[in-house]
Amino acid sequence: MTTGTKKLDARALRADFPIFEQKIHGKPLAYLDSANSSQKPRQVLDSMTTFYETSYANVHRAVHVLGERATAGLEGAREKVRAFLNAPDVREVIFVRNATEAINLVAYSWGMNNLGPGDAVVVTELEHHSNFVPWQYIARRQGAEFVMLPLDDNGDVDLSPLGEIARDHTVKVVATNLVSNSLGTIADLEPLTRWAHEQGAIFVCDAAQAAPHLRVDVQALDCDFLAVSGHKMCGPSGIGALWGRGELLRAMEPFLLGGHMINSVRYEKTTWGELPHKFEAGTSPIVEAVGLGAAVDYLEAAGLDAIEAYEHELAAYALGRLAEVPGITLYGPPAERRAGVVSFNMDGIHPHDVAQILDRQGVAIRAGHHCCQPLMHKLGVAATNRASFYLYTLPEEIDQLVDGLYTVRKVFA
Amino acid sequence: MNEFEQMYREVILDHYKNPRGHGMLDDADAEAEGQNPLCGDEVSIYVAFGDDGETIEEVKFSGRGCAISQAATSMLTEMVQGRSATEVATLDKDELLEEIGIPLTPVRLKCAMLGLTTLKVALHKAKGTPLPDGLAGFDELELT
Repeated sequence: MTTGTKKLDARALRADFPIFEQKIHGKPLAYLDSANSSQKPRQVLDSMTTFYETSYANVHRAVHVLGERATAGLEGAREKVRAFLNAPDVREVIFVRNATEAINLVAYSWGMNNLGPGDAVVVTELEHHSNFVPWQYIARRQGAEFVMLPLDDNGDVDLSPLGEIARDHTVKVVATNLVSNSLGTIADLEPLTRWAHEQGAIFVCDAAQAAPHLRVDVQALDCDFLAVSGHKMCGPSGIGALWGRGELLRAMEPFLLGGHMINSVRYEKTTWGELPHKFEAGTSPIVEAVGLGAAVDYLEAAGLDAIEAYEHELAAYALGRLAEVPGITLYGPPAERRAGVVSFNMDGIHPHDVAQILDRQGVAIRAGHHCCQPLMHKLGVAATNRASFYLYTLPEEIDQLVDGLYTVRKVFA
Repeated sequence: MNEFEQMYREVILDHYKNPRGHGMLDDADAEAEGQNPLCGDEVSIYVAFGDDGETIEEVKFSGRGCAISQAATSMLTEMVQGRSATEVATLDKDELLEEIGIPLTPVRLKCAMLGLTTLKVALHKAKGTPLPDGLAGFDELELT
């Protein structure tokens, strides 16, 4: 915690987001779907437009001035992401499309050479499919065991099976999220990272839902790999980052092969380039990286501690207001342990119907399984409604949601 | 309230709250299960043919999901009763859409079509009737 934390001024920040300058169905837009994807501030949009207009060319190859500017833009963004994650070395930051691709990169490149019969990959019941399906697939393909830690009745990960898992298998990978995209739970990862390393396993952290909302420090987390998506943190879609420990990345085979990722290519043999290039085949998402760098600047200026504190406030306010609505079921932890995400159901009304009626009132929420079918199964529901908040969210948007829910009840009365 | 009445006509809410043909058939001649993984709608359809082995004598469905998916399937069971399997296998989706009678966004269209598509798959499995034309456009639906 920093001392003298500045307070977040959501109303001022909101003015940076052009999307709010419109009405939806004649109503002010209450955008409560930021956990799905965040909106973009003008600073990010302008950085990309300006880059296209003044500095665009391909990177790393061209000797002309635009090529130099473009390379500086891409590599400058990489350094911003390094600092944002407190990574020790900028060469350990790999640009990818999104957190899903980052996790696939690790699952394939590390998993295919390190997993086999007798080994186990451990995930939790609270994972997004992005940190579940790749591990399930690669583990089974390699003849390794895929083990899911269940949630207890409080919705927290039950660590009691760890002893048995370690007895029965050689644990090679522990993969879990830092913030749950569907319940908003902020995990205490320390017991799991410690246990993973005691087993000699790697710890893979899905920080796609954490990085937008709180300070993520790869060294403090003591993880081995960490994945983020730009689009959830005010950046453009199509760009994300993987951070990995240098010695692990260097020992890994490449994931995608082709241009730029090579050292030398001969008919007999191709050798791989140095980090990060070994994992960045093909032309990079150059301008998207520049946009992500601008998003990092934007979040740092607002202050990650201030963002986190503000989201706790919003979550507390939303939980209180939503609890007033008759027939509502709320899921997830208390406000102080959750990022700005609130999942709920209305008695007898399917989330799709709730979301559609809310949309007509200018309120955007997510309705569905949130790419968390194992969790939905656990909760015994097919889907939930999810309202999620960010640094531009105002309390009156939550009021608009609650008013909307009363209309939903009227329609279905 | 007018715009919501337009979105959720009384007849839709009525079919949703009091679904026709809700239940299962133990000795179904044709059955199939459909899911829409985008939103978690689920529908299972059971068909019993008449003595001619062709006329749909009884249709039941079970499942859970949004009002549109469940109401549309309920309406469908009334619509196909007494018609021949061959005819229903090529039933135009517009016939069902007219019955539903509300404008549907592309996402909700998938909800509305789940029952019909699942029924056509059931008929296909039992009678070898053609699979629905639209199936290509409904790749997200999981039909078994």
